[in-house]
Amino acid sequence: MATQQQQSIKEPEIKTIPTDNPKPQPSSKLQARNLNFHYGSFQALHDISMNISAHKITAFIGPSGCGKSTFLRTMNRMNEAVRNTKVEGEILLDNQDIHSMDVTDVRRRVGMVFQKSNPFPKSIFDNVAYGLRVNGVRRKLTVEEAVQKSLEHAALWGEVKDKLNKPASALSGGQQQRLCIARALAVEPEVLLLDEPCSALDPIATLKIEELLFQIKSLTTIVIVTHNMQQAARLADYTGFFLLGKLVEFDETRKMFQNPSKKETEDYVTGRFG
Amino acid sequence: MAGSTYVPSASRPTASSFYKRLRGGDEVAYLLTFACAVAILVIVGLIVVELWTNSQPTVKQFGLGFLWSSRWDPNGGHFGALPFVYGTCVTAFLALLIAVPLGVAAAIFLAEMAPPRLSNILTFLIELLAAVPSVIYGLIGIFVLVPIIRDYLVPVLTRLFGYLPIFSGDFYGVSFLSAGLVLSVMVVPFIISVSREVLLAVPVDQREASLALGTTKWETTWQVVIPNAKTGIIGSIFLALARALGETMAVTMVIGNTPKITPSLLSPGYSIAAVIANEFAEASGNLYVSSLIFLGLVLFGLTIVINALARILVLTTSRRRS
Amino acid sequence: MDMRISPRRKIANAVMLSLSGLCTVLVISVLFFILGYLLWHGSSSLSLNFFTKLPKPSGETGGGMANAIIGSGKVLLVATCIGVPLGFLAGVYLAEYSGKTFAFTLRYVVDLLNGVPSIVIGIVAYAVVVRPMGHYSALAGGVALGIMMIPIAVRTTEEFLLAVPNSLREGALALGATKAKTIFTVVIPAAISGLISGMMLNLARVAGETAPLLFTALGNMFMSPGFMHPIATLPVMIYNYAIAPEEDLHQQAWAAGFVLLTLVLFINVTARLIIARGPASSRR
Repeated sequence: MATQQQQSIKEPEIKTIPTDNPKPQPSSKLQARNLNFHYGSFQALHDISMNISAHKITAFIGPSGCGKSTFLRTMNRMNEAVRNTKVEGEILLDNQDIHSMDVTDVRRRVGMVFQKSNPFPKSIFDNVAYGLRVNGVRRKLTVEEAVQKSLEHAALWGEVKDKLNKPASALSGGQQQRLCIARALAVEPEVLLLDEPCSALDPIATLKIEELLFQIKSLTTIVIVTHNMQQAARLADYTGFFLLGKLVEFDETRKMFQNPSKKETEDYVTGRFG
Repeated sequence: MAGSTYVPSASRPTASSFYKRLRGGDEVAYLLTFACAVAILVIVGLIVVELWTNSQPTVKQFGLGFLWSSRWDPNGGHFGALPFVYGTCVTAFLALLIAVPLGVAAAIFLAEMAPPRLSNILTFLIELLAAVPSVIYGLIGIFVLVPIIRDYLVPVLTRLFGYLPIFSGDFYGVSFLSAGLVLSVMVVPFIISVSREVLLAVPVDQREASLALGTTKWETTWQVVIPNAKTGIIGSIFLALARALGETMAVTMVIGNTPKITPSLLSPGYSIAAVIANEFAEASGNLYVSSLIFLGLVLFGLTIVINALARILVLTTSRRRS
Repeated sequence: MDMRISPRRKIANAVMLSLSGLCTVLVISVLFFILGYLLWHGSSSLSLNFFTKLPKPSGETGGGMANAIIGSGKVLLVATCIGVPLGFLAGVYLAEYSGKTFAFTLRYVVDLLNGVPSIVIGIVAYAVVVRPMGHYSALAGGVALGIMMIPIAVRTTEEFLLAVPNSLREGALALGATKAKTIFTVVIPAAISGLISGMMLNLARVAGETAPLLFTALGNMFMSPGFMHPIATLPVMIYNYAIAPEEDLHQQAWAAGFVLLTLVLFINVTARLIIARGPASSRR
């Protein structure tokens, strides 16, 4: 039984119904149905099904190589950039299969922040404005307002508002990652995917990002992959536990950590392995 | 050995150890290889010295005015570099005008769009183009390209643009235009090869960052990948320029070998490398020979500078990535 | 803000991608055109005479390039004897012995030498060999080409020696071998395929060079004895015959071009395949 974790979990006011199956959610934003994924001849994901709820934070946890990042990348079809991959099953965005949509549209609506920050070799302003301009927003005033709004949401505006024309590379690691979040937010994604966004950052920078994720929850839907269980416990409304390419358990975070249904989950969250 | 410090004999420099190292070949090997390295430095120095001293008669006679004098009259003893500098620059410029857009576009295709195996095969073939000797390009130039230009290209050009000074005058086949076209074929492989390497060196996460914001492949390539590779691509252009400037045989076979300064591309002309190739063996008289050598020195200086610039540009790009 | 993907962007994407593919096709077709034309025209002009006969005086047909073929061989031999040892040993120095500043300087100078136009090197060989000797010679041509071989010899030697893992060196030294023995009996053999293919590429490059031979080796209508006389070479003959008025000579130029190109490309492809399969290929 998880006892250490109990004390560090913040207590959200959610009534939990102990059950093996995830409760049918009122607003499912993103849905996976029997998703299988292959890298060449290797099957990386086995029959994954889940619902991602709108305006909530969902976390994926599991040991390295369990497929959580792979699964994240299927949700905005990023895996198609790699050769020799095959997807079976469906991913529904607002009940429409993303594989039947134009991939560029999918990626605009489902944004992504990567493990290591990757700002373009442009100014801070141009980095955030890039997505807007490329997607057809040209009016200077609109762009400027959108850039400011995004930087504010990313908790970066105060630090950069006087140096918007400076190159993005001049920022610190944590600032660059917040810049990447602002850049992703600028195109108003309906879902924001984050792949271990804090793994290369120090605890203070990590805290800043976790705080801003809470703030922007209401703007979008957040899915975050993390190797840090405590982070999942702090942030997430729902958590999915992956092991060897399978989704072992998916439930409200509190329940997952306090009263997991599967033994593997319990072993993982109590630190017996991984 | 307890209680004593053992110092290996090889580390104590003594006369006997030197002898031993000599016998072991170490000193010999070191000195021999070092001597070769120094010899190379000496050879390069020798090149500069020989070019300079052998140009002196011309320098003394004409001074730096040689460089912008357009009079080349071996019989009368007057020599000026301008027609050749002009021809060299015009043909190189024309070659780049054609080769750069073509080459960069092909490099983009090979680096960004083509599947890796196809890209490698095609690049291999293109690099073979770079291995074709200059005189072979000249052969194809004289017997294939020039007739094609004369029978198909120039009539169209003169009909459409004949009023422009660059397309005025009579066309006999050998011309700035023909030389420029042959040169463009010769430098395109360099641009493709280097640009492709530079594009491939742009990190994957830059591309992913752009794609994840909802851009098309072309938008990512044009707005993110190329700006990242910008300096390297410019470096490849400089490399191609240096190659074009020094190119001798193919140019001398199709340029017409007439020292002339005229805006018309259809006119025969001359380049520095071509005049040296053509006239050096028969040049009589100290001034004639030293003028040709001075031209060689000018060409030498030009290519050194451009190559140095190219190296800096290409190195900056690749070092940033490592 | 409506940011749905517009058809205009999709069309622009397709158009630009096709254009870049077209440019590649264009470049590749030029290559195939050159090779194909030369193959067709050149092979049809080939005859036994070409390989066995000497050039006939102007006006007569039936001559060949036997002297040029041998001449090229001789000049390349001299060039290899000059350029390869110098370049190779300097490369060994760079890879195994040199300190940082000297290495930087030498590499820079070698790259400089690589960029010097071949005709300029011909001028220098003229000044240093032909003038003192008083006449043209195979030796002078060999010197010119040898100087041209140096930069690539240095660079490939250094590159392939550095690619040999340090563990090999340490293993030999730990057994008591001297540094020189280690280099020559362990490191160089480990890099041998790369070194050989590098030399092949080097040779193929200078085999086609014409400009530096125009006033060093000059040319000869007959067989040249030894190395101290003007000598005919394949590339120079191609040039001379191509600009001559007689059609028969043009045919011979095509044949010679075919032989030269086949040789050069064959050596190139073989060398590259050796490199591609060699140990250093894991770096790429």
